[in-house]
Amino acid sequence: MLKARPRVALFVTCLVDLWRPTVGFAALRLLKAAGCTVEVPRGQTCCGQPAYNSGDRADAADIARALIPALEPHDYVVAPSGSCAGMIREHFPALFADDPAWKARAERLGAKTFELVSFLVDVMGMTAVAARYEGTVTYHDSCSGLRELGVKAQPRALLATVEGLKLAEMEDAEVCCGFGGTFCVKYPDISVRMVSDKAERIAATGADTLLAGDMGCLLNMAGRLARLGREVKVRHVAEVLAGVTDEVPPIGAGRGR
Amino acid sequence: MQITSPGFKENARVALADAGLQKALANARTGFVAKRARAVAALPEFESLREEGREIKNHVLAHLDFYLEAYARAVEASGGVVHWCETAEDARRTVVEICRSVGARTATKGKSMIAEEIGLNAHLEAAGITPVETDLGEYIIQLRREPPSHIIAPAIHLNREDWIEAFRATHRDLPADRAFPERKTLIDEARSVLRARFLAADVGITGANMLIAETGSSVIVTNEGNGDLTQTLPKVHIVIASIEKVVPTLEDACTILRLLARSATGQDFSTYTTFSTGPRREGDRDGPGQYHVILLDNGRSSMLGTGFQDMLRCIRCAACMNHCPVYGAVGGHAYGWVYPGPMGAVLTPALIGVETAGHLPNASTFCGRCESVCPMKIPLPKMMRHWREREFERHLTPSAARFGLGAWAWVAKRPWLWRLATRVGMGVLGRLGRKRGRFGALPLAGGWTGGRDMPAPEGETFQARYARLKRQGLA
Repeated sequence: MLKARPRVALFVTCLVDLWRPTVGFAALRLLKAAGCTVEVPRGQTCCGQPAYNSGDRADAADIARALIPALEPHDYVVAPSGSCAGMIREHFPALFADDPAWKARAERLGAKTFELVSFLVDVMGMTAVAARYEGTVTYHDSCSGLRELGVKAQPRALLATVEGLKLAEMEDAEVCCGFGGTFCVKYPDISVRMVSDKAERIAATGADTLLAGDMGCLLNMAGRLARLGREVKVRHVAEVLAGVTDEVPPIGAGRGR
Repeated sequence: MQITSPGFKENARVALADAGLQKALANARTGFVAKRARAVAALPEFESLREEGREIKNHVLAHLDFYLEAYARAVEASGGVVHWCETAEDARRTVVEICRSVGARTATKGKSMIAEEIGLNAHLEAAGITPVETDLGEYIIQLRREPPSHIIAPAIHLNREDWIEAFRATHRDLPADRAFPERKTLIDEARSVLRARFLAADVGITGANMLIAETGSSVIVTNEGNGDLTQTLPKVHIVIASIEKVVPTLEDACTILRLLARSATGQDFSTYTTFSTGPRREGDRDGPGQYHVILLDNGRSSMLGTGFQDMLRCIRCAACMNHCPVYGAVGGHAYGWVYPGPMGAVLTPALIGVETAGHLPNASTFCGRCESVCPMKIPLPKMMRHWREREFERHLTPSAARFGLGAWAWVAKRPWLWRLATRVGMGVLGRLGRKRGRFGALPLAGGWTGGRDMPAPEGETFQARYARLKRQGLA
């Protein structure tokens, strides 16, 4: 049973915290509009994926042990990232296979952790946003959100209610952009090749704006599009849904001063 | 075959710069994916079949000794011989002994990844027995003396020009100025050359897609019919198969067959699905006089009961590599041994050692597309992560990466330090990148900026801004 005003912990994610704070504020705005009381628990840093996916379980478990107490007092935990939400939801319990008490806490936390846009639609029942964006956008399905959490229809449903916005689907929208966390610097040749393919697909739509729900993928695609000289604006989907695109230039674009 | 997995990065660089390979891969990428999608969409029970397939294999793996013994008894009851081979060397020696016992000079071969795994062709040649590959793709790569680059389409790295070149160089008794106007011309030529080889062969060697414990049968699927000619024409049929290929019953085999072709090539069923049970019986019009099964372990039993057991469910359909963007970028040879793509990234370290194949489970973005199409629902990314954990535990992770990761984790575990360090760091980067919005180069970030710009951060971190707004009563 959904509480009238659920208390939601915003897990900002490290990349939003460091690179794109506007996305965090957009998330706050959207969650409040959906009727949530939002808090930003202090003590959060990162979900620990860089360690976890590098085989360093001990550090990943330490980070999880610090994060779980900060997040668990809330009704829900919401992150503007499928990757980080997936880490908490799907992988935190796996970190404590030999520790039943922590495993149980991790499972309870995981069950109430969501990616932002799917939370708005699936849990809060949001069907429309009050936002305007003049342009044709294309949407990249980030892998973890898509395959671990089933984020696919929700962002499209809300984008369809943004005034002035047209969606042009790209081919292979579900194919990885080549970011892959540390993969992109461990195997840069392959990563750049993958993101080059993605850039071609994006350009082929004729869209002026690329949206996605994960900062890692966005930084990767924005970086490659810029290197190729493609004039595509790149933004996190929350920026458009919250109507804050006038507050900050697109990812990788300057203020010109 | 020579293992080049430690040189994965260099292999990948060469592959990415190989225009011919890239052209061949581009053709392959689109075909397999679209065909599988169509075949799966046309079968409403596909998802429940995946569950059934997984359960069949899990059950077998939990009782592998039982089903292997039952299978062996059934083979022997039908007049066949089972050879239990623990290592690749045991298997090679046994095959050569069987060949020598009938004075074999040539052996035709159906497609077999196990034969590749044990390096059978080189061994047969050294023993004076000429192996003749009869699968079209295997035939061409045998002519070119190179390993397969894909487990069901071994020559997928080649274009038609490569085939024509190899055929002209090899089939020298045919007119040098003959034309190859279409694909069929190539196939016809291979067919006519191979026909004589089929008839002359003393021994036929095939792999097995499955072994059926109930009946003692081996099953192969092909689209060319070459497997049937390989196993029915010669005096001796040798099946080489690894131990995890066994399934309990014919019904189980049929369940898996319904998954296999759809996942592999997008066909409802392969053109040929052939069940072989023992040698020729009295009254049979044809068939081999001897039927041998080489049952190979080669490290698989040591995967049982570990975090890698699920990998033994693999039915070698290749859906994982067909859908893998890394495989699609570099092709199969870059992986440096027999099994490429996601299934190879998990299996290869188990078979040749993670110290040799360590790159393979690391060269993945964990996009999860492989697992999402795997008919046996093998958690491939999870097992690649297991390998990374083994590497980390054994200090096989490169020291620079290890140091960087350690430093990052040390800060990430100290939120106050994290907030301080990121506030300062992002403040500087934000100011430097404010005008242009991105960096073309950054110290220590060559891996990133070699091929893409680094977008500049906004400057003030979220946590700093949030704290400031809170203080000002604005958040």
